Amino acid sequence: MKDIKVLGPGCKRCVTTAEMVQTEADKLGVPIKLEKVTDYAAIAGYGIASTPGIVIDGKVVHAGGLPKSEDLARWLAA
Amino acid sequence: MSLGSVSQRAPGIDPSAAKWVGGTIVALIMWGVIYSQLVPFSEWVTGLVPVVSDSHLGEAISFFAYDTPKVLMLLTLVVFGMGVVRSFFSPEKTRALLTGKREGIGNILAAGLGIVTPFCSCSAVPLFIGFVSAGVPLGVTFSFLISAPMVNEVALGLLFGLVGWKVALTYLAFGLAVAIVSGWIIGRLHLEHWLEDWVRNIRAGAVELPAAKFSAVDRIKAGIDAVREIVGKVWPWMIAGIAVGALIHGYVPADLLASIMGRDAWWSVPAAVLIGIPMYSNAAGIIPVVEALITKGAALGTVLAFMMSVIALSLPEMIILRKVLTIRLIAVFVGVVGTGILAVGFLFNALFS
Repeated sequence: MKDIKVLGPGCKRCVTTAEMVQTEADKLGVPIKLEKVTDYAAIAGYGIASTPGIVIDGKVVHAGGLPKSEDLARWLAA
Repeated sequence: MSLGSVSQRAPGIDPSAAKWVGGTIVALIMWGVIYSQLVPFSEWVTGLVPVVSDSHLGEAISFFAYDTPKVLMLLTLVVFGMGVVRSFFSPEKTRALLTGKREGIGNILAAGLGIVTPFCSCSAVPLFIGFVSAGVPLGVTFSFLISAPMVNEVALGLLFGLVGWKVALTYLAFGLAVAIVSGWIIGRLHLEHWLEDWVRNIRAGAVELPAAKFSAVDRIKAGIDAVREIVGKVWPWMIAGIAVGALIHGYVPADLLASIMGRDAWWSVPAAVLIGIPMYSNAAGIIPVVEALITKGAALGTVLAFMMSVIALSLPEMIILRKVLTIRLIAVFVGVVGTGILAVGFLFNALFS
């Protein structure tokens, strides 16, 4: 079970990013626990400067803009 | 040995990349051909409408028929180019460059990076906190936050295409100057205690992101994504702006504007700044209006001040920033930037008379 957090104040891209993560995980058959972090202080605590961000098992893997689906697949498979 | 295996061994010439690069070149050439045909096209459209070409309505229609495709095409080209350039930058990289920089140098660097770093007002708050908590000085952060929305590719590209390269360069220079000086002053005032308490308590440090690999094709795709997103978002503003510009062009008498917004009316510069604050439009909406105002005799400094005020001092952005800044700090921000814009307006009207 991978613990995944999508960091973002609720902008359209953040919602899309969360959907992309879920879709990619379903496709690969990777079980995940997806959580959206919308609180500014909590987002800032991860040390990023742009949203949406993606945190997998406590590690920031992406910040700013929509992720590429091949990258998502790589992160989820790792 | 087949051709395919040869190209697979040579990096950078793989067939799909060649297709993307070739396609981009063909698209750019087609862009040039279509762009050169816009005047005949607009004359043809105006000819279809049964009005006298030098009537008010005829003038307005021909302005609209020429400017709409022109602005749309310029916007697409500029946004595509900047999308490619921006794939080399990110707010995290910019922050790393700015962390620990002295004020002065830091302000100049921040204003410059504001042009090329991907930025949208929806992520202004995470960016602000991310910068300040990682040790970028407050004034340097402000230089970035002022420059990023004001001196952007949409504003510069459209000014270049519609009003001319001199005005575009002037806007670039003065926009950077306002961002650098305002940020420097805010830094000198040492207003860190005017941040919201919770912001001051975050000591996150900067995260180290795994390096993203970008191929030439990825960068072209980034350009196309930028076009889809930005042009998709601003086109209604643009059409509205051109419509207002067309009305001004066709109906507003030249003497009227020259007396209200002309060089002799000193009060028109502060009035333009004040009127610009509650107005919220982006560059795509305001520049067609600017073009029409200038051709009708408005003074360039007054018009530039109006444009900077509309774009740089917007109520929605202040409301977003209210989450991290106290009212007092926002007031200082508006005061300092507003004064800078005022100075640009007066200076410009005085220099170019």
